[in-house]
Amino acid sequence: MLENYLPVLMQMLMAAGFAGVTLLASVLAGKSAKRNKMKDSAYECGMLPLGEAQPRFSVKFYIVAMLFVLFDIEVVFMYPWAVIFKDYVAVFGAAIFWWMLSFVGILLVAFLYAWRKKALDWSS
Amino acid sequence: MGSFLDSINLAFIIAAAVKIVFFSFMVILPMVAYSVYAERRVSAIIQDRVGPNRTGIPLTLFGGKKDIALAGLIQPLADGLKFFLKEDFTPAHVKKFYYWLAPALVMVPAMMTAAVVPFGSELDLGWLAKLGVEGAWLHKPIKLVIADLNVGPLYIFAIASLGVYGIVLAGWSSNSKYPFLGGVRSTSQMISYEIALGLSIIPVLMIFGDLNLSKIAQYQDKNGWLLLPLWGEGLTFKRLVLWIPIFISFIIFVVAMFAETNRAPFDLPECETELVAGYHTEYSSMKFALFFMGEYAAMIIGSGLAVTLFLGGWSIPFGAPLGLGYVEGATPIWLGLLHIGCFLAKVVCFIIFFIWVRWTLPRFRYDQLMKLGWLVMFELALANVILTAALIVWLPN
Repeated sequence: MLENYLPVLMQMLMAAGFAGVTLLASVLAGKSAKRNKMKDSAYECGMLPLGEAQPRFSVKFYIVAMLFVLFDIEVVFMYPWAVIFKDYVAVFGAAIFWWMLSFVGILLVAFLYAWRKKALDWSS
Repeated sequence: MGSFLDSINLAFIIAAAVKIVFFSFMVILPMVAYSVYAERRVSAIIQDRVGPNRTGIPLTLFGGKKDIALAGLIQPLADGLKFFLKEDFTPAHVKKFYYWLAPALVMVPAMMTAAVVPFGSELDLGWLAKLGVEGAWLHKPIKLVIADLNVGPLYIFAIASLGVYGIVLAGWSSNSKYPFLGGVRSTSQMISYEIALGLSIIPVLMIFGDLNLSKIAQYQDKNGWLLLPLWGEGLTFKRLVLWIPIFISFIIFVVAMFAETNRAPFDLPECETELVAGYHTEYSSMKFALFFMGEYAAMIIGSGLAVTLFLGGWSIPFGAPLGLGYVEGATPIWLGLLHIGCFLAKVVCFIIFFIWVRWTLPRFRYDQLMKLGWLVMFELALANVILTAALIVWLPN
């Protein structure tokens, strides 16, 4: 079974090799010109860079990241359930449906809470 | 460990290497190059322009009288050459290590996901024996998938998510305002739509009961595509009703895929009117090209996955009733090649669709994008999963 993963490793080495070789080739083949102060400065549409390079950004991005972790785990939990679903129903009946529905229901409460707290509201 | 090493033989490794080289360098990379060309030509047609139509064989370089234009078909090669020859510039204000790592981190996952997509049924090499080639490996048909894993879609989602790191690192290490904002936006967008993407294929998995993409393609070859269930068992009442959640799944999957690959109408991370070029503003030459190629490669693999899950993968429409279906161990070589051609044709159609959408629809606003992802796509996908489950349980056969 494990040997099926060997081609994945080979593919990864090939992809990393490809990226490395193209980057290296561009260094070797590309022209190099003189540096100057203006060329080295950050791009701000031709103006001199102003203020901090990394401005503060909305806390909503963090909230989205946290919600993502929660709900993505939910999705991953549903995969094994989905794969055995048909066979399980054929043998044991519909119980498996209610189990997952209760699991989704609990998470839905959390989702509604996040919604009510305006964690998902980006227009304000 | 001993038994693990014993189970691997040389023929297996060579076959895997040949498949990797063929699929990566003779299918994906040329497709990346020519989808860029197609994008430019199709957008030109849509906007009533001409597009790149001149780059051909430069006979004048070798003393000829006239160049051969070939409708600009050599353009991608010229572009590639130009990327190599441009100055490789690393600005002084960047964080060097991560600045260099980021383009590779976008390209590598995009190419790695190709490993589990079956690009054909089987290739029978038995005819080589008649030409005098010898070896036991000849008598076992070669499966046309690089790694025949039992976790296909999970592997693709796991690896494809790693692409986010490349974008976030590019935005952060550039140490400049526009890339930073582009990186933050892009990360947030990608993780939001990943949930809908993951949920959208659950109904599909419930119907197949399998995560192996080769088996999913074989099943569809025998019993009709998921979106075209017209042969095999035929169009029973149950399949007709189940077609509805599958179609909703397909729509969610395609929309989420557009958002995942940062394509229009969801191309906010690189929205020119606000953020110049988003996370790759500070990049040039081959480093920029790797971002570009990574995006197109992700688009091609995404199309490949959509085709495999919903549109029968390599299978020919009405293949099984016409005798063009896959029979394990007894698929002649011409049919194997036809299957590869069929898969590529479907992927090309999908890419044309991608391009068409990009030049037709306007871009979303950021709050609309997040609202669509969290409040429409997520809910719809979840409801669709429950609907499919209920239909499978209570629908009479």
